[in-house]
Amino acid sequence: MSLTKDRLVSPILFAIACFSITALFAIGLFIFVEGVPIMMKVGVWEFIGSTDWSPLEGKFGILPMIAGSVAVAAGTLVVAVPFGVGCAIYLSEFASKRTVTIIKPAIELLFAIPSVVYGFVGVLFIVPFVREHLGGAGHGFCILTASFVLGIRVLPVIVGISVDALQAVPKVYRDGSLALGATKWQTTTMVTLRAARSGILAGVILGMANVIGETMAVIMVIGNAVVMPNSPLDSVRTLTSNIALEMGYAEGDHRQALFATGVVLFIITMILNTLTRYVTRSRVGKKK
Amino acid sequence: MRRLNPQKAELIAKGVLLLFAGTAVVALVAIVGYVVVKGVWVINLEFLFGRPRSMGREGGILPFIVSSIYLTAISLLVSIPLGLGSAIYLTEYTTEGWATKAIRFGVDCLAGVPSIVLGLFGFMFFVRLLNFGWSILSGSLTVSLMILPFIIRSSEEAIRAVPQSYREVAFATGGTKWQSVTRVVLPCALPGIMTGIVLAIGKCVGETASVIFTAGTSLRVPGSIFDSGRTLAIHFYLLVRETGASDMAYGSAATLLISILIVNFFAYWLMRRFIARVS
Amino acid sequence: MKIRVYQALLVLACVSLALGIGGGCSRRTGRQEGRIRIVGSTSVFPFVEMLAEAYEETKPAVRVDVQAGGSTVGIVSVRDGICDIGTSSRELRDAEKNGVTIIEIARDGIAIIVHPSNKLDSLTKKQIRDIYAKKITNWKGLGGDDASIAFVTREEGSGTRGAFDEIVMGQDTRISPSGLVQDSNGSIREAVATSPHAIGYISLALVNEKVRAIKVDGAAPTHENLAEGKYPVVRPFLFVIKGQPKGQVKEFIDFVLGPKGQEVLSKEGLLSPVVK
Repeated sequence: MSLTKDRLVSPILFAIACFSITALFAIGLFIFVEGVPIMMKVGVWEFIGSTDWSPLEGKFGILPMIAGSVAVAAGTLVVAVPFGVGCAIYLSEFASKRTVTIIKPAIELLFAIPSVVYGFVGVLFIVPFVREHLGGAGHGFCILTASFVLGIRVLPVIVGISVDALQAVPKVYRDGSLALGATKWQTTTMVTLRAARSGILAGVILGMANVIGETMAVIMVIGNAVVMPNSPLDSVRTLTSNIALEMGYAEGDHRQALFATGVVLFIITMILNTLTRYVTRSRVGKKK
Repeated sequence: MRRLNPQKAELIAKGVLLLFAGTAVVALVAIVGYVVVKGVWVINLEFLFGRPRSMGREGGILPFIVSSIYLTAISLLVSIPLGLGSAIYLTEYTTEGWATKAIRFGVDCLAGVPSIVLGLFGFMFFVRLLNFGWSILSGSLTVSLMILPFIIRSSEEAIRAVPQSYREVAFATGGTKWQSVTRVVLPCALPGIMTGIVLAIGKCVGETASVIFTAGTSLRVPGSIFDSGRTLAIHFYLLVRETGASDMAYGSAATLLISILIVNFFAYWLMRRFIARVS
Repeated sequence: MKIRVYQALLVLACVSLALGIGGGCSRRTGRQEGRIRIVGSTSVFPFVEMLAEAYEETKPAVRVDVQAGGSTVGIVSVRDGICDIGTSSRELRDAEKNGVTIIEIARDGIAIIVHPSNKLDSLTKKQIRDIYAKKITNWKGLGGDDASIAFVTREEGSGTRGAFDEIVMGQDTRISPSGLVQDSNGSIREAVATSPHAIGYISLALVNEKVRAIKVDGAAPTHENLAEGKYPVVRPFLFVIKGQPKGQVKEFIDFVLGPKGQEVLSKEGLLSPVVK
């Protein structure tokens, strides 16, 4: 193979590699082009701050949806973080090798299950359970249900990254602590966890980004009422379900408003993703 | 404050944590088990190879299986060259500079775009602007955007895991860079790369939000990639919407889950082989 | 060696892609022959699918492709030329009407449904309106159990909701935004079927034994009452065509309006269209 051909390879591969960022740019561009005009027309503060979403009357306030997405993310945090970090600690520090080979793939499999199946199971079991035992304005279709369902779905993300973070803590930290007479549990809480803190945080943020982007499971269990949430038993609508619900019927201003909702979503997830990288980078920095 | 005996504390902690981990496994088994058990007896040859009748309330799911396979195949065809190429570039052909940082940023952010936003983009770009209409083509191009970052990441990891000494041997025997990549590094990293691809297949099969606005909801077997087709995941969603927890819904879900399980177990098996190879 | 297998698979994939694209290209140029594309309302969708199934039995050379997407998507798509027929479950607005032919293929009642265990079996239009406007919030006030009412509606822009809005809510009252929203007739039915204190509205043709359709203003939602105009909540199923229907499209429409097509529809519980 001639050397000239070999030299050609590098720029070709570079072009291929740039595809991702080109695609990202194109996606952002399209969504913005479709969505920003309506935000300008209605007024950015009015769009984000108004609670009145009546598209057929030209009112496009998405504050309830933003509140809904935040509420679901917060609820899922409460469910998934203790659960997820706990599992990660167990897998990394206390489990035997054999247990890990069974449990870790099982947890990863939870992420492979399609979200429609989660929604299905949620509607079949969790919605009636919440309705009968906890009541509430949502009659079972509420933030609590969604948090529960999404908590399980997003668990593998948190567990995966947290386990990596815990494993990355140098062995000497643990050995030093044990040498000083601490128990394994004390070592874990006082030394290892603290050292892995930023990695675990990155995992949590990534998990939250996943939750905010989740659509199908949410639509089926959350009731989709356009209200500001007062309690975890209220039904709300998230940014994602707003788009999915009304896209089929929307035209003109209404459709553009849905794209504008997409813009808000896009920005939020970009911020969260950048935050994740920032948090991991500072951890690497600290190590050195 | 009364201090708990540290040994006792540890015992309690271990118990609680085991409970957590156990609950996760139980949740998985419960969800998958319930759906599969309720749905698996619906699956027979007629179900798998028959066509739907009466709005999908009876009959089979052949068109949806075909659509899903079609969609997945085209998505892979698009994203594997792009993904593998990017991964090779990032690992073999460049040093960490601002260009690679920008590319990685692009990859990570692309990974973070919610599937519904991708669906919106796909609808505007592929369905309307490029006039592909509601078709397998539009759907798979959109899904390929979804799995591309995933393939890049897993291929990168697989390639990185190949020991440096392998590459040095290739150079020492007079090969060019490209030859070292194609004849040494890639074959060695192949199982790891395949694992990533196989897992991406799992994601394609389960995708709903990005497909429903791009590939459409047609009940027919798509004759070509320009035809619309309903994937199994979307069919399941529509069935649940229209018929609730019906037999057909369970059957479709069971087929979906069983395929995903098979795909994932295959991936694990490949991964074990890869780890055995490089260590 | 393993590489051979992967190479073989790759070649196979490329070949099938080529076939797929090749087949597609010829399909696209031959698009006008033998293919009718229909897009529109989720309410009309299942019925059009059945009509397509029946039609294709009589004319195997023709392929009828049906998409759901929403009444508005249907109207917009047909005006943009993306499809041949758009379907809608609501009347077109004036702005949508120019340049298109509107053909009513059936009428559909909207049933107000409650859980089978609900004691009530009749409500006035005003009571339903007050429930959906959140002025009445407890079944107690209507003679039922002491429980809060969970009212379920379709999303904004849905043809079914549009018809419900027009007929039951009227010009001045809006459905309260705190209502539960489901995205199809079927999912409203499922929600009401599993929720003892819920009330919802769905296509009459989709009512089954899991829910109970109540009387509105004293009239039960039966075919007789609908045909005689006694049951007030009725809306049209429409085909929208750009310009005048021609060729294959016209043949399909003639089939739908003819005895065979109407038989399919009335078997599912729809009414025949108003004869103009």
